[in-house]
Amino acid sequence: MTDIVSQASGKVVSAAPPRRDIGIRRRYAAERRFRFYGLAAIAFGLVFLFILLWTVVSKGYTAFLQTEITLPITFSEQLIDPGNKRESDPKVLQTANYPLLVRDALAEKLGIASSDRPALRQVSGLFSDSARVTLRDMVVSDPSIIGKTVPVTVLASANIDSAFKGQFDLTVDEGSRKVSDQQLGWVNTLAEEGVLSKGFNTGLFVNGNSSRPEAAGLGVALVGSLYLMGIVLVLSLPIGVAASIYLEEFAPKNRLTDLIEVNINNLAAVPSIVYGLLGLAVFINFAGLPRSAPLVGGLVLTLMTLPTIIIATRAALRAVPPSIRSAALGLGASRMQTIFHHVLPLAMPGILTGTIIGLAHALGETAPLLLIGMVAFVANVPATPLDPSTALPVQIYMWANEAERAFVERTSGAIIVLLAFLIIMNLGAILLRRRFERRW
Amino acid sequence: MTEAATEEALEKKMNTVPLKMVGKDVSVYYGDKRALYDVNLNVRENTVTALIGPSGCGKSTFLRTLNRMNDTIDGCRVTGLITLDGGDIYDPAIDVVELRARVGMVFQKPNPFPKSIYENVSYGPRIHGLARTKAELDQVVEQSLQRAGLWNEVKDRLHESGTGLSGGQQQRLCIARAVAVSPEVILMDEPCSALDPIATAKVEELIHELRANFTIVIVTHSMQQAARVSQRTAMFHLGNLVEENDTDKMFTNPDDQRTQDYIMGRFG
Repeated sequence: MTDIVSQASGKVVSAAPPRRDIGIRRRYAAERRFRFYGLAAIAFGLVFLFILLWTVVSKGYTAFLQTEITLPITFSEQLIDPGNKRESDPKVLQTANYPLLVRDALAEKLGIASSDRPALRQVSGLFSDSARVTLRDMVVSDPSIIGKTVPVTVLASANIDSAFKGQFDLTVDEGSRKVSDQQLGWVNTLAEEGVLSKGFNTGLFVNGNSSRPEAAGLGVALVGSLYLMGIVLVLSLPIGVAASIYLEEFAPKNRLTDLIEVNINNLAAVPSIVYGLLGLAVFINFAGLPRSAPLVGGLVLTLMTLPTIIIATRAALRAVPPSIRSAALGLGASRMQTIFHHVLPLAMPGILTGTIIGLAHALGETAPLLLIGMVAFVANVPATPLDPSTALPVQIYMWANEAERAFVERTSGAIIVLLAFLIIMNLGAILLRRRFERRW
Repeated sequence: MTEAATEEALEKKMNTVPLKMVGKDVSVYYGDKRALYDVNLNVRENTVTALIGPSGCGKSTFLRTLNRMNDTIDGCRVTGLITLDGGDIYDPAIDVVELRARVGMVFQKPNPFPKSIYENVSYGPRIHGLARTKAELDQVVEQSLQRAGLWNEVKDRLHESGTGLSGGQQQRLCIARAVAVSPEVILMDEPCSALDPIATAKVEELIHELRANFTIVIVTHSMQQAARVSQRTAMFHLGNLVEENDTDKMFTNPDDQRTQDYIMGRFG
């Protein structure tokens, strides 16, 4: 005030009075610090995410390639069926020593005399024992190839595969290495001639489990996980949505419904292994359903996913503005009509997102499946959800326990496959959200 | 002398208008809290009845008892008698869905469904089975939008979202939506409070026109609006009905001192 007066009277304006310190600078400094903490936290998280992905991908990408040996093999009648008894006794074809055929073909290719027994033994170590099955299946399906020479592709053995991909440290003394120098020399020769090469590993997606890493695949686990997801989706979505609608829209607010609400929230926090125990006790011991079956796994995972879906659905229903409900009720729509014509469609994006996140959670769940026996060694792809099976995360767990070097890359490869599915599901959730989101 | 005579004549005229809805000793409780105290209020046919009063006085609560929208609030209890054409609307034999088809409602904030304009208006007739064919439905939609004075503005974009309209248009869409069900009474809960003066004028004009076919009860905070659109006015204060009178009389010569004070802006 005095300043204004002095201006008005034409006197020299005195310096502005010192401004009251209201801590502006301190407030800005605090804000800058807070922003920095936030950025640091995000950077920290991103670094670890990157390390995780880098570790998995750098270890695992080689699992999608497999070393194969392609060479002409003579299906010698002498070796397969010396007594020519295959007409009367088909078992002869099942039990013949097929690896010998591959060994001989390789030995011939490498110019090794049939008398050099130690060298021949080393040649046997080049290719996978699964060649037995490959050749047997060829002969059994078409016995007329006996006596002919046909080009065949067999898998290289796990050690050769690892060596060829450069995963063995060759500076280590030969005696404590799994691949001898002689074998390495052959591998190089064969690779130069184009007999030995890396191809896309379809077996990883098709084969069942195997104790031989080169022949082990995720086929069973993929089908098992698919069954699990199908069962979880079919059961938990309708049950979860129906329960949420009842609790949110119809149930009276009293002690009982409060208790139910608290319990549902608590169930979401129950450790998953407890659900496994529950499944073991109820579905297997009491209801007598088969062990290791995706049906039981699906039921257990449904129980585990339900609270997630119910919580997400209730939140989505609650987020629908009450004005929409009033509008519909005011027009004379019944409660059912209000919910199904207006509230549910508006809550759909939230419900679908919750469901997909619940499913993704279930897809990555391991512990409850261990308890209901889905951790078995299963070599055959399950035909129905009642057949023994494994699931992707359990397969990863089992392979991580294996000792062979070749299982390391397969474990990482399986993790990549699992992560790919999770990313696809989450992308689906985002897209569905975008697609169905409505503004009001 | 002459003034008294015209007043008497007016009174007589008003009294001959049949009563559409009657509230007798209506009390409303929200849990333990009592919101309305024995309100006796009549709603006359083809008349606009305005409910005025300060915030929290119970006028909206009373309005919502008329089509039982209070039923949707947990712990809300209504006592007393409310009739529509002589029938008790709280009778257990009365279906609330049917009641709301007869007593429609327009809310404070425009709340169109996030669907197309056509779907907004056709929703009521569809669920009540008022139109048998697509052509009939089209006709109901057009008629309702025309009645709400919105047809010319939206006839070329019936299939665009109703939420894309301006606030005033949205509110008229909500009125069209209520009208489409062919109710007998339309309840309006501060329908213009979220609108600008131009949109308000349009809605008020619309209320005037709708009066020919519908009985209207309107809650408003604006004295001027009550004076402009209504024939009868009821003044609420602290859950009590202070005075119910012809609008003209209410705003010139109210019977109750509190009404006078409120209208003069001494409280509220």
